[in-house]
Formats: sequence, C-alpha cells, structure tokens
Amino acid sequence: MSKSIQAESPLHHAQLEQLIGQSSEGGITLHEHKLLGHLNLRGNAADTAFLAGVQEALGVALPTAPCSSAKSELAQIMWLAPDEWLVIVESGTEFDVEQKLRSYLTGHFAVSDISGAQTLLELSGKDIIGLMKKSTGYDLHLESFPVGKVIGTTFAKTGAHILRLDENTFQLVVRRSFSDYVWLWIQQSSQEYGLTIV
Amino acid sequence: MLLIHCPYCEEMREEEEFSPAGQAHIERPLQPEDISDEQWAHYLFFRKNPRGLHHEMWLHAAGCRKYFNATRNTATYEIMETYKMGQAPRVTANEEGQS
Amino acid sequence: MSQVNRIAGSSKRINRNRTLTFSFNGKEYQGFEGDTVASALLANGVDVVGRSFKYSRPRGIITSDSQEPNAIFQVGSTQATTIPNPRATQTDLYQGLTASSTNGWPNVDFDLMGTVGKLGGSMMPPGFYYKTFMFPQSLWMSYEHLIRKGAGLGASPQQNDPDSYDKMHHHCDVMIVGGGPAGLAAALSAAQTGARVIISDEQNEFGGSLLCSTQSIDGQLPSQWVEKTVAQLSDMDNVMLLPRSTVFGYYDHNLVGINERRTDHLGEHQLQSTRQRVHKVRAKQVILATGAHERPLVYGNNDVPGCMLANAVSTYINRYDVVPGKQLVLMTTNDNAYKTAIDWHQTGRKVVAIVDTRAASNGDLVNKVKKLGIDIFFGHGVIEVKGSKRVKGVDVAPINATNHSVTGPAKHLACDTVASSGGWSPVIHLSSHTGSRPVWNEEIAGFVPGATVQQQHSCGGLEGIYALSNVLSNGFATGAIAAQAAGKGDGSYVGKAPKTSDPQEDASMALFHIPHSKKTSRAPKQFVDYQNDVTAAGIELANREGFESIEHVKRYTALGFGTDQGKLGNINGMAITAKSLGKTIPETGTTIFRPMYTPTTFGALAGADVKHLFDPARFSAMHKWHLEHGAEFEDVGQWKRPWYFPQPGETMQQSLERECLATRNSVGILDASTLGKIDIQGKDAREFLNRVYTNPWSKLGVGKCRYGVMCKEDGMVFDDGVTACLDENRFIMTTTTGGAAGVLQWLELWHQTEWPELEVYFSTVTDHWSTMTISGPNSRKVLEKICDVDVSSDNFKYMDWIEATVAGVKARVFRISFTGELSFEINVQANYGMQTWKAVMAAGEEFNITPYGTETMHILRAEKGFIIVGQDTDGSVTPQDLDMDWVVGKKKEFSFIGKRSWTRFDNKRDDRKQMVGLKPKDPTFVLPEGAQIVFEKNQSIPMKMVGHVTSSYYSACMGYSFALAVVKGGISRKGESVFLPLSDGTTVEAEICSPVFYDPKGDRQHV
Repeated sequence: MSKSIQAESPLHHAQLEQLIGQSSEGGITLHEHKLLGHLNLRGNAADTAFLAGVQEALGVALPTAPCSSAKSELAQIMWLAPDEWLVIVESGTEFDVEQKLRSYLTGHFAVSDISGAQTLLELSGKDIIGLMKKSTGYDLHLESFPVGKVIGTTFAKTGAHILRLDENTFQLVVRRSFSDYVWLWIQQSSQEYGLTIV
Repeated sequence: MLLIHCPYCEEMREEEEFSPAGQAHIERPLQPEDISDEQWAHYLFFRKNPRGLHHEMWLHAAGCRKYFNATRNTATYEIMETYKMGQAPRVTANEEGQS
Repeated sequence: MSQVNRIAGSSKRINRNRTLTFSFNGKEYQGFEGDTVASALLANGVDVVGRSFKYSRPRGIITSDSQEPNAIFQVGSTQATTIPNPRATQTDLYQGLTASSTNGWPNVDFDLMGTVGKLGGSMMPPGFYYKTFMFPQSLWMSYEHLIRKGAGLGASPQQNDPDSYDKMHHHCDVMIVGGGPAGLAAALSAAQTGARVIISDEQNEFGGSLLCSTQSIDGQLPSQWVEKTVAQLSDMDNVMLLPRSTVFGYYDHNLVGINERRTDHLGEHQLQSTRQRVHKVRAKQVILATGAHERPLVYGNNDVPGCMLANAVSTYINRYDVVPGKQLVLMTTNDNAYKTAIDWHQTGRKVVAIVDTRAASNGDLVNKVKKLGIDIFFGHGVIEVKGSKRVKGVDVAPINATNHSVTGPAKHLACDTVASSGGWSPVIHLSSHTGSRPVWNEEIAGFVPGATVQQQHSCGGLEGIYALSNVLSNGFATGAIAAQAAGKGDGSYVGKAPKTSDPQEDASMALFHIPHSKKTSRAPKQFVDYQNDVTAAGIELANREGFESIEHVKRYTALGFGTDQGKLGNINGMAITAKSLGKTIPETGTTIFRPMYTPTTFGALAGADVKHLFDPARFSAMHKWHLEHGAEFEDVGQWKRPWYFPQPGETMQQSLERECLATRNSVGILDASTLGKIDIQGKDAREFLNRVYTNPWSKLGVGKCRYGVMCKEDGMVFDDGVTACLDENRFIMTTTTGGAAGVLQWLELWHQTEWPELEVYFSTVTDHWSTMTISGPNSRKVLEKICDVDVSSDNFKYMDWIEATVAGVKARVFRISFTGELSFEINVQANYGMQTWKAVMAAGEEFNITPYGTETMHILRAEKGFIIVGQDTDGSVTPQDLDMDWVVGKKKEFSFIGKRSWTRFDNKRDDRKQMVGLKPKDPTFVLPEGAQIVFEKNQSIPMKMVGHVTSSYYSACMGYSFALAVVKGGISRKGESVFLPLSDGTTVEAEICSPVFYDPKGDRQHV
C-alpha cells in the first residue's frame, strides 16, 4: 500500500495528539495504541498440531486457560473464548503474520484480519480503579483480576476486552464504531480525577 | 440482577454480560418432513413455563460468545448449576416436575 | 423567631459555632451545622409543617427518621434544583436551604382546604382510590387533578437538573447494611478476618441509635465508642465506609443498591462533583443490621402537632439539644420508653405524667422514674388529644386492652406534647425485597426476617434483640459467621466485647390501638397511616365491607401507599385488621415491602447515562465527512447513518429528488459501512450456508456473490443480504445493519447447539471494513480512474467480486446492486475508509458524483421492488408471501431452516398477505406508510382490513408516487383497485401492480 495513504485510527477525530501534554496532573492517563495489527484466530485448543503451529508462527504458546494472555516479541495474544484468540501485532505486520499463521496451520482453523475493526486503549493512573468501577461490573480486586488476565465484559453501555498490565494499568480493546462513545465515557468518568492524554 | 457462572470462562459474571436464550434441550427433529404438523408445532412453539426448576440456555454475549445451559429456579431465581452445551443437567426436578 | 426549644445541652452532633440560615414556607429560621431540617424546625418551635392528604388537618413532625409521614417537603430554591418529597427528618441542613410544605396549598397555617375539610373527607371515603379505579374511569382524570393539587405529592422540577450523578460497582465478602451498634460490631469482627467489608448507613454519621443514647459503653459515652470503632475501621484497607448512603434495594444474588448522597448536605448544585452516586455492591454475604423502628400507638386525634414518637423526642433532646415542647405526657406499653420521660425531665422541663397501658411494672427505668417523682397512671391510656394546631391537653382513662374498652371516667391533663411508644418493629424492608416472607415474633410483638434464598444474615434490632449488650455481642458474632461463610476466618470473634449494663425491663404489652369511650367509628379520628389519612375506623369499615386479605385492605384504604410505604403505620393497620376480623396477626399476615426503601431520585438511577451517553452512538469511518457535508442523520439501531445530504435552501423532498436523479442518470455514492459482515471459514462453511439460507450455495464459485434470504424456523423471513465466496472454504456474509448482531448470534446458536460437528467458524468483521457503494451509469467510469484492475463488463460481471487496489488502498470490490443501476461496492480496511472515500469523490467530480443517504437508497430500491427486512416484513412474512419463491432451493438435500414450516396449514392459505406494488390513482399523492387497505370502499366500521402499506415514496425518476404493500391474496389481484381509508377521514384509491416499477427487465444493472 502506498506510503502516501493516510490511515485514520478509530479515534482520529478526537485529535488526541493535540491533547498530549495539556494536563499532567490527572489521576487517569489515556493512551491510544493506534493502528496496530489485530488478528482474530480460531481453532481447536485440544488439537496439538494447531497449538504447535501457532507456537511456531508466533513464538509463544497459545494461552488456553480461560481469560489468560501471552506475549512474544512478535505478538500479544488474548484468550477470548475456548476456541478464539485475539493476536495483536505491530502496525503493518498483520498481513505477514496472517500468512505465516496460514502456512503453519493445518486442519480446522480460521484467521480474520480485523485491524480496522478495533483499537487498543491503555488506561492507567492512581485513580484508575475508580474509573474502572464506574465502567464495568467485574471485580477488579487483584485476587479476582490478576495481572495478565483478560476478560470480555461490559464497559459502560458497550463491550470491551480488558487486559490488566499491572495493578493500575489496563488495556481495553474496543470496537471502532463504539470508540467515540468510549472516549466520551472516559472523559465524563474521569472528570473528578483529571484526565491526562499521553 | 443475577450472577451467572459461565462454564467456558469458568467464573461468575454479572447478568448484564449475558442474554437469555430460551428453554434448553430442545432437539430439532432430524427429519422434519417426516413428522406431522402437530409434532412440528410442538417443536416450534411449545415451551415449558414451570414454577420451580427450569433448564434454560444463556449466551455469554459480552464475554466468550458461547451458549450454555443453566438450571434455575424460576420462583427464587437461584441458579443451581450451569453446564456446557451437550452436557446433561445434574439437578433435575422430581416426578411432579417441581422442586 | 429564635430557637426557643434549643437548650444549653452538650451534644457533639451539632456544631454551635456554625449557624445556618434557612427558609421554610417563606420564613427565615436559624439552625446549626449537624441539624436536620426537622430538628431545626423543632428548635424554632415550628409546630405545623403540612396539611394532611384527605382531611387537610394540620400536621407536625412525628419521627426523627425514615418513617416520617408528615414532614415531607419540597426542597431547593430553583426549578432546576428543587427536589420533591425528601423527609425533613433525613434532610441535612445547609446554609441557605429553601424548603416548603408539599401539602398545604395555599398555606399551612390557613388552609383553604382545611375550611372545607369535611367536604374533602366525605368526597374521599376509604376505598376512594379503589372505587374510582373500578367504576367511573372517565372521572378519574378530574379527580386526579384535584387530588394532586392537595395531596402533597410534590412538584417535579421544571428545568434540567444541573447536577451530575454516577454509578460504581463493588464486590466484597461482607456487606453490612446499617451502622448502628450491631452493624459496627459486625463490621469490626468481619474485617478482622481480612474479609473485604463494606458498611453503609443512611445517616450523616455512623452510630445509629448510639448517637442519641445515654447508655455507657466501657464506661464511656456511646458516641466515644462509635468514634473509636469508626476510626479503627477507617484504618483498615479492606473496609469501605459509606455514610449518607441509603441501601434502597436488596436484589437477587446478593446485589445491594446504595444511593450515596455526596453533596446534598453542602447545598445546591456543587459544580465539579457527583451529587449522588449509586453503588451496586455484589456481596458474597450480606448482613442486615437495619435495627428497629419505634411504633406509635393509635389514639384519638393522635395527629395533632405535638404528638410524637417517644424515641424521636429522646433523639431531639440528646442528639440535637432540642426539647420539642414544655409539658410532656408519655404513653407507653413498655419500660423502654421511660427513657424519654427521664431525658425530658433532665432538661428541666415538666413531665406531666406517664400513662402506662400495663397493670404494673417493676423495671429499673420505671423505678428510676418513680424516684424522680413523676406521676404514673398504670392501666390507663391517652384516649383523646385536645387541640388543633398544637396539643393542648389529653384525656386519660382506665382501659381494658383485652376487650378494647374504657373502664372508667376520663381525666383531663394539660400538656403540649404527647410521646407514645407501642414497642418496636424490626426494619424488615430490605429482607422483604428478596421475596422472604416476614415471620411474626410473639415475644417482641413484631415481624422479623423469614427464610431467604440469599446469602443473608441479620443481627441486632432486626432480629428483635434490643438490649445493647446483646446487640453488640450478636453483632460481633454475626460478623464473624458471615466472614467465615465468605471464606474468611474461623467464625469466631477474637476481640473483646465492650462492657455495658442494661437496665432490667419488665414485659411489655402487645397493644396497638387505644380504645375510646365511643365506638371507633364515632370516636375522634385515630390515625394509622398519616400520609394517606387512613384511620382505625377506615380499616374497620374496609373489613366490614368484606375486604379481609391484608393486601385487599391495603388497596382499599391506601394503607401504606404513601412515599413512606407505611413504615409507621403498617403493623398497627394489620393489628387493627386482625382484631376486627378476630384473627391473630400472623393469620392476617403482612404486605410485602418493595424497593425503594426510601424515595430515590431519578438522577441517581440514571447516573451518568444521560444525554450523549444515554445510548452509544456508532459511527462509520467517514462520519466526519458526512458532518462536514451537511448530512442529516437517521438512527439505524445505534448507528448514525446519513439520511440525506441537503444543499443550502433545499427541502428534504428536493434533496431526495436530486439524489435519486443523480444516481439514476450519472453516479451516486452511499456509505454502506454499517451493513453487518461475517467472515465464515471452514470446510463445512458451504453446508452451513445451505442450512441457514433458503437458497442453494453448493455451486457458488470463488469470486462470485449471491443474494440470500434467511428464515427463522417458523418459515418467516428475518434477514437478507449478499454472501460472497472468497475461497473454497471461506465466505463473507453481509447482513442488514440492524440485524448484524442477531444474525451472528443466530449462526452461533445453530452451530453451538445443533450442528457442532460442522467445521466452521464465524467472526464479525463489520467494523473492519469501510464500505462505499457507487451506483449509476457512470459508476464504472469513476472506478476505472482509481482502480488497478480491468472492471469492464467483460472482465467484471454482475454478481462477481474482485480484489483490487482502489486509490492506492487494497480493496474488495463487489459488483452487486441494490438500486438496480450499475453498481460497485468498494470495501477497504476501515482505517483507510476516509482516504478512499475522498479519492472516490475526487474521481467522481467530473460526473457530479452525488452522496446520498438512507432515504434515497430506500426510494431507489423500492422502485425495483427490493424488500427491506423489518420495513416490508414484520416477522410474519414468508418468502412465498413476498413472491420470492425464486430464492427458495428446491433440490437441497438438508431440510434447511424454515422449510418445514412452509407446508404448515396456516402458511399455505391463499389469502395470506402478499407483497405487491400499489399505484395511487392520484400520481402526486404519497400514501402514508402503515395505511390500512380495504377491498370495498363503502363499509361500516370496523372495516375489513386486508393489508397495509409497508413502503411509500414519490419517485422523481418515474414522475409518480408508488408504494409497496401487503394485501391478502394480492399476487393474484394485480390490476384490481383497493381503497385506503386515512386518518383524516378521506379514502384514496390505488391499483395493485407488480412491485417492480423501474426497469422491470433488470437491464441497467447488467451493463
């Protein structure tokens, strides 16, 4: 694809770049990891050939335990369902990684490029638990939601997959068409804490 | 608001993540053309509406997108168990159809 | 007026260094920080705070808590900030607070309705609501107007609420409702196990009954124990304390709803902060420590201002340093209320007498009172109060409670305050929310929580445990047990329970209704439910009229129907019913309390989900372009889709005609990104399509597209769209915009439940693709300019798809048409959607490429007779009804979904409603969508309706109006006339015709 083509992330219209550095005091920090490669991977977790193929292609074992995640140099993998994973790769590598998966996998599997369908938001900060408690009914206590866990749940009136990166950092996978709503929600819900865009 | 155990995510989740999907264990006739209109109508339209134990399907819509079964008391809203598709319930109503 | 009733006490609950000015019914008063509106009004000697609902009698403050039936106000100074119906007893005073009576129009002291009070009363006998609902329905409107005006229902704000609200979810091991002695003890012992504990209390500070108690704990004031315990809890990371937080509902699976009033006590409209926050707590274990409410006695004229609950009097004295009168008469059935006489006496004001309904008592408190030299009348009752705007005196007479009679002459005592106590009622409301039936406890003469399916514990006053030492030890024990049930600790409390010594009390008497020398029906009014003016006589009348079930009595008399849900009066009402029917209270039963415990603002329930956050709006990647080009938008599901693109000065109709003509004559462009798209992969994908679609898919080649219709198992159409074969084992299915989520769930349902053996996966890719459809005779010329693949008719045929680069972006281009014109649907990855759209617009400029919205799309497709599922169908229409038998596979092996149902008797009728076209006789008249169709013009009403209009437009391309409709047996009635009787009384005529109006041979899409 031509380099002159300008890609626009789902939150392009919010012009987050222009808000960077506007406030540094916020209890909530937001960053959009935009334009990454997102692949939806389907397969049978009981199929050892499938597991081996994925490991070879992505350099890390597929997380098969419910709500688990894994990370390699190439990809971050989130468990979505017993037969479904989200593979997030660097921007622009999605086509190659998809081809690689297809070449390593046999039998019944599926890969769909959904890079345009969603974006990855990173929320952190000292007041992040307050914002998350307003947004989701899931128990955020570290015993129930440890670092590295990923859950598919409701986020305000839409849905999200939420990965905990550390005690006060969460990554949210949100759908493109709902991203403006999520952005409005985050602004509203962080009002009492202050919002910093990075 | 119920708290429902998803047998695929293997944990309790809030009801708002789920959608109810009607009575469980209804099997589609293998040869629809071979049965009478009345039998077909039973498959299509006739559903239980018990006061007490009910086996029903739920969809973990905001989570893993899997359908599963639940045994629920329709009077007290207690959920006795949830189990995967293809599995049989462990808790069943007694002869009178009630618990 | 000065604070005449404020004494020089020593309460730490009020801050005498901070005087607050407020207004009530237009007059200014002063109170202190820590006051409630009620305590401040009593301090100022304000007796009358409202007028009663039915009889318009003057009413004063009775309670000091959530039971209050009279002091229900309108609070707030503007139409935006006014709040109807808060209880003055639970409203914290703030500087500048403005309150008025909700009931007392036009003026509480001189009430117009009061002068016609008798009329009001007789117009509304008990059963008024019931009878009105039953009989003169047409009159209800006019009654309602009158009642609302006088009824004290409060006025809703007329302007938008400027405050913000939100909600938070919490999870914990042990949720404790109530921060009195039992709740605090339970919290401490549960928290010491490491359990996650949340404790909430409706008051402005923790302590509950201890805030107004004089009984020492560990040799200290009870407030000191509270302070120490709260400090201990605050220091623990595993404890969350929620004061000013009312648990309004206890829901299934231990979900507790709490409304935290965060800024209400600071004044109106606190910018930048959340006024009220609803906490939704999912608790492993819930401890209800809601305590007990004192019950008043029912006696003649017991509503005259100055009649109060005994414990309320003590609370105002001990907590607020307010003595609400000068001379007290106390009537009691128990020892406990003697505290009130002691408290009153210690302020230096006069206790005229204690009227004890029991024959005798030798309890500690009684003996203490005797030593103080206060007169006690045992075996007596206050049978009647004298006075109207304030108690002037009472008639006291010997009574026989067993046969409900007065046994001797009455003696008059002068006084200005009557405190009464009929014992205590456990606050079972929350326990009842879960469906648990309360159980009568004879020993305490009150209901306690019954069996429950919840993980629930109760302790303290709620269990009928009233002695402080027992309350505390019960609290500690319950906290430990609940924590253990949540998996924390061993169930025993390790700490040391504080020392208290409880006075020895003699047995109390189960008495609710004080007899009068006259029959109840002739005696002065004996109020049971103050808010709804329900009297003992009214309840007895209901019983005489045959209403015996307590639920019927409630509906007949309106007992417990007020905003207080009958907290004060329900038990007395049940007792009077029981007595009148000759039953016991357990036999009579109780009504069930439901959420909300106390009224909760709509703002709190709505939370932050208002305005633009009320419902998520979904946008395509090109939305900003549409905005910049003046589009008007239409809601399609949650999507905001361009509806039409008006140019300056254009009407909607002019825009539509321009957009239609431009598309038919040159080229138009539509943002079709919202259509659902499902990526289907697996070796059985084709077989799966065969089963869910009505038409065959076995032979669709790679690179080809096909239109398909999906039915539900009942044979009715539920979605349609084009599916393309990407690869031998891979298809991309498109669905309607509104049907996208439902279709994916439908496919998953069948795969997961019926056909798990089929190897196929479904993934939504709706949001991944931006889709733009260019349509019209010049569309190919536009595409050729920016596409790297030969798109000529020979190389790229109708119903083919290709991979290509469009404007430098990788794309899938489908040659499919929903307009009947030569059309190309360009799909690119959504991050490139805007870029591609702009490039297509630039390439189309020389052909005057015209953006069009959903309305033009609807017109163009209707001209071709293409259906829109959900507009032309409604879940009761088969493909055959749509004259679309061509989309039904005849040779498919598998009995696909819907097929079997078409042979059901009802679906074979030849008078089913079938889809046809309609041409109005007047070619300029556009039939209203939804208009009913009849065959015969001149029929009497109700006419025989034979169908209705589903889609109707004016066609600029054809120069006449047209419609799609369903008509009984319509397919074989083409050429016949039908009639449409319209809502304005006119009837128009139309001719049934083919639904394909434009280019019936379909040449244009094939060029």
